[in-house]
Amino acid sequence: MTKVLDPTNEATPADIPRAARPETLDGLTVGLLDISKPRGDRFLDRIEERLVERGLRVERFRKPTFTKPAPVDLRHEIATKCDVVIEALAD
Amino acid sequence: MSLNESPTLPEGLVAVVKKDCPTCELIIPVLIGLEKETQLTVFTQDDPDFPPGINDRQFDEELAFSWHHNIETVPTLLAVEEGKEVSRTVGWSRSNWESLTKIPGLGRDLPDQRPGCGSLSVDPSISPDLELRFGGSSITARRVEFAALEDTHEALFDRGWTDGLPVVPPSEARVAAMLKGTTRSPEEVVASIPPDLAPCTVEKVAINAVMAGCRPEYLPVVLAGVEAVCTQTFNMHGLLATTMPHAPVLIVNGPIAEQIGMNSGNNVLGQGNRANSTIGRAVQLVIRNVGGGRPGEVDRAAFGSPGKVGFCFAERENDSPWPPISTMYGFPAGTNTVLAFPGEAPRNLVDQLSRDPDSLARTYAANLISIQHPKLVLGFDAILAVAPDHSRVFRESGWSREQLAERINELTVRPGHELVRGAGNIPEGIPEGMKDSDLPKFRESGLHIVHCGGAAGLFSAIIGGWVNGEMGSDPVCVEITP
Repeated sequence: MTKVLDPTNEATPADIPRAARPETLDGLTVGLLDISKPRGDRFLDRIEERLVERGLRVERFRKPTFTKPAPVDLRHEIATKCDVVIEALAD
Repeated sequence: MSLNESPTLPEGLVAVVKKDCPTCELIIPVLIGLEKETQLTVFTQDDPDFPPGINDRQFDEELAFSWHHNIETVPTLLAVEEGKEVSRTVGWSRSNWESLTKIPGLGRDLPDQRPGCGSLSVDPSISPDLELRFGGSSITARRVEFAALEDTHEALFDRGWTDGLPVVPPSEARVAAMLKGTTRSPEEVVASIPPDLAPCTVEKVAINAVMAGCRPEYLPVVLAGVEAVCTQTFNMHGLLATTMPHAPVLIVNGPIAEQIGMNSGNNVLGQGNRANSTIGRAVQLVIRNVGGGRPGEVDRAAFGSPGKVGFCFAERENDSPWPPISTMYGFPAGTNTVLAFPGEAPRNLVDQLSRDPDSLARTYAANLISIQHPKLVLGFDAILAVAPDHSRVFRESGWSREQLAERINELTVRPGHELVRGAGNIPEGIPEGMKDSDLPKFRESGLHIVHCGGAAGLFSAIIGGWVNGEMGSDPVCVEITP
């Protein structure tokens, strides 16, 4: 029998359940997160137009850089203000 | 008695011998004589019937006595008073044995002296296990057992713990030996490893260093490499997640490079040197195994590069025209350091005809402007690796590193209107707003000129950088501590 040492961090990932998917967007606030990739803003501008046409409330957010995880305060702000969020990956 | 307790020393004289030692054979008559005249206990390591003719003979089969009492040579003779060792002698030397036993005329028929043999307890194939059994283990990592019918190498692949190449199975004995390469405590946290931001101890680094194939004396360099890449400044998370091919390139400076046998010369960026090949690999395995950074998951590289297995080399300091590259980061020459640079694969640059520094600088500039895209400037740093056949030109003309970097930068300057988006019928380029500026390829201190490579070949090499600054990564240099 061979015995070796575990090279990983041995952490069991915390099981955070996804928020329930809404049946409809009616009456909800939609967050639009620009990750600062070039032209992501153009995509989100168009999405905003479409959502506003449907009478939805939209909040815009922007990550300082796409190369780093969103700052914890920004994540908290989005979670507090919005019911759903759309994130734009772009180039 | 627990395994970690030292076996009691018998009073009087204690001899430790093994049959497989000609000097031990030689001194049998001396031992028989001593047993008659004084109180003698003989510990034998390899054969319970050796030496013949001795009554008080103890078989040190488990080598517990030999290990706990630091027997390195057989025969060893100890004098014990009130349970404590008061003197010892190793091998056979009539005068030393006489002075230790206070008995004259020992072994008259024997030569005056004979060196002993290695104690079984320090046999390299046995001592790591003894260390583990008797020294007590402070290792806290989870033990993973493989079934007898499992192929260990296949089992390591199956668990996703390798980079696609075989790894050395991280047994407890190997990891304990690896940890002797540093004075740092196994439980000390070295860094939070992206992308999972998992706290990583010295012990976890040691496990991955074993797997990468490192020797214990490389561990301080691996630890410094892990520290350097896991800083906010270096931004390992972004470097891992990017679709670009870059990865940490580790450059080692200071006397440690030669002490651990690193390569800074022939084939410096290639294969064949254990330290170069395994140190970079160990850092990458830490990111994979402790940080959870795996290709196709958080690692989104479109191409990647062969250097993502591990990319580490030493600067050729001994005949460099310039001080070590670490001096750019404020470390005095002679300091052991690791510089982490976010780099892609190297490419060669030929100039076999230039014999003056300015024409070489022109060759460098002409090649360097193409990094990532000739129309993209200021956003990417570079390593320029200069080999001895080129560096000789700069030494003879007295060009400093700064002077060369400045000249290259001057030569790369181009008008913004040639670089903006759309210029030259190429949409890629810098923003329109920069069209009226004259711009160099590199930001200040973006060019890292390093001396390395084999003695023959009128070449230099370029290693392009990833997005620099706040948006991406800045190189980080840290001191290597024991």
